[in-house]
Amino acid sequence: MAETPKDPTAKDPTFKDARPLPRTKPRFSATFTPDVMSEIRRAAATGIYDIRGAGAKRKLPHFDDLLFLGASISRYPLEGYRERCGTEVVLGARFASKPIHLKTPITIAGMSFGSLSAQAKEALGRGATLAGTSTTTGDGGMTQEERGHSQTLVYQYLPSRYGMNPDDLRKADAIEIVIGQGAKPGGGGMLLGQKITERVAGMRCLPPGVDQRSACRHPDWTGPDDLEIKIEELREITDGEKPIYVKVGASRPYYDTALAAKSGADVVVLDGMQGGTAATQDVFIEHVGIPILAAIRPAVQALQDLGLHRKVQLIVSGGIRSGADVAKALALGADAVAIGTAALIALGDNDPRWEADYQALGTTAGAYDDWHEGKDPAGITTQDPELAKRLDPVLAGRRLANYLAVMTLEAQTIARACGKSHLHNLEPEDLVALTIEAAAMAQVPMAGTGWIPGKTGF
Amino acid sequence: MSSYDLNQAPLRDLNRALHALRPDTNETHWTINGPDGRHAIAVGLDAPISVEIEGNVGYYCAGMNKLASVVINGNAGVGVAENMMSGFVHVRGDVSQSAGATAHGGLLVVDGNAGARCGISMKGIDIVVKGSIGHMSAFMAQAGTLTVLGDAGEALGDSLYEARLYVRGSVKSLGADCIEKEMRDEHREQLYAKLQAAGLAGEVNPSEFRRYGSARRLYHFNVDNAGAY
Repeated sequence: MAETPKDPTAKDPTFKDARPLPRTKPRFSATFTPDVMSEIRRAAATGIYDIRGAGAKRKLPHFDDLLFLGASISRYPLEGYRERCGTEVVLGARFASKPIHLKTPITIAGMSFGSLSAQAKEALGRGATLAGTSTTTGDGGMTQEERGHSQTLVYQYLPSRYGMNPDDLRKADAIEIVIGQGAKPGGGGMLLGQKITERVAGMRCLPPGVDQRSACRHPDWTGPDDLEIKIEELREITDGEKPIYVKVGASRPYYDTALAAKSGADVVVLDGMQGGTAATQDVFIEHVGIPILAAIRPAVQALQDLGLHRKVQLIVSGGIRSGADVAKALALGADAVAIGTAALIALGDNDPRWEADYQALGTTAGAYDDWHEGKDPAGITTQDPELAKRLDPVLAGRRLANYLAVMTLEAQTIARACGKSHLHNLEPEDLVALTIEAAAMAQVPMAGTGWIPGKTGF
Repeated sequence: MSSYDLNQAPLRDLNRALHALRPDTNETHWTINGPDGRHAIAVGLDAPISVEIEGNVGYYCAGMNKLASVVINGNAGVGVAENMMSGFVHVRGDVSQSAGATAHGGLLVVDGNAGARCGISMKGIDIVVKGSIGHMSAFMAQAGTLTVLGDAGEALGDSLYEARLYVRGSVKSLGADCIEKEMRDEHREQLYAKLQAAGLAGEVNPSEFRRYGSARRLYHFNVDNAGAY
């Protein structure tokens, strides 16, 4: 019989455990997180909202929450590398006499000279041209570098009209009327004084060094009826040659897409809240607009209801990173995608090779988002000639072309696995969702079920 | 002299014909009949020609004009001479909103009144309005001059940059960061030159005008200005 250990305190009421008292671990609040508290302290010290670059950083329902159903017995796949899987896309054939033909449905989103260095803009043009796709100007007009290095260039027509002139309009391959962008639907642009160099100021007709606030609304039209007339004017100026895109930030995608199409757009560009910006209030980036995953189906529905799906092309953007994202966006009904942040990363943005410099700025490679300050160690989001020299436009353009090629190959790999001979043959039926949120937003069933929240019964 | 009747032939053909003119063209004078309020008439011109429009026009007449001289013998709708780069646009009647919006250069003369947002976001154009202008005129105006022989509506020059505003009559109210400034000789000279270009030399006395411009207090973000926007 084993001896039972006796409770030492049973007989001795003065017994004290020699070990220190157990303590609870320090516990951070889920509401007042360290990030939240640091922002409160920053706001209290400065009295001004936080301005930064890039897009929404919070975790959002995204393409990662979708999976493809590869072919098996019920449908057959295409042979990788041997059977053709088309990737070309035509943009603007609805009304324009000279539509755009791209080899890949991955385009480069609008980013301005001013927010980016001349070298970075050149690199985007070189990379896109190698890959057979288009680049897009931004607020501040078209530079010679950009026109020279981009085979296909989309000229943005923005509320500020900085640098807008009819000669560049005629030089462009397409015109993109910007109503808004995903990072800030309802907001105008911002370029702080540090980046308003003489050249940037000259292009924008502003005094050097001022904090430039771009208008949030167009100065000479309001509403869809006026937009139709504005589109008519741009077509008249360019003899009906150029495709006209209308870009909106994702917020009410069904109505915005329907109104853009009704106004006579050839192409609708829809940018989700993960889409980047050169400089915007953090509160705007994180709290206004909706993720691209939630925006594509309503936009496609609007075009289908008008009988215009595939006639008016839909370009979607905001957090596109890989060929899988491209394939998923196209399967949901988009005709093409645009990348901005991902393209900058391919050029060299936030590269760990500059870690010491990022540390000196109080951040770390991968988290750097103070693009408005113009101190980018990678030489991309800057107007400082010394920093800008760090980016070799030829090598950076090559990296972008490689990245675009990889994404295109990845999307083809998925499409062939689903038995599709063109990326545009991907369809929602090829997709399932991993989360209830993604199932509801993308309107595809939860994996392993037939359940689409809001569409089918319980 | 070429003549074109918009009741007989499409607008696209007219604009295309005007765009096809070379700088040394002999077809230097065009008359357009039957505008009937159509939008986008004579837009994107890029040659030193003279175009006369016999009647009222809709939106964006003479939009993005370069080099050409366009006379409208009637009223003009929204955005007449919007984003003009150079040349001359003369409206004999009244104009609607956003006249001369974002224009970089050239001269816009309005014989009658202009609606709201006249000269919005202007970037170097000279505008002379013989009548009065509506509210929010010269909003975010960056460069150029706006001369008004009559009165100005509410919030003149809101968020103004470096454009100069000369008003002979009353100003209902000034917008954020817009203030009255001293008329010095250089300003009277500038104003005289603009009046002369508009064919008003000797008819209007520059010293009857007041000058308005940017206080430049909103050029940099400052929390203490939050209430001013």
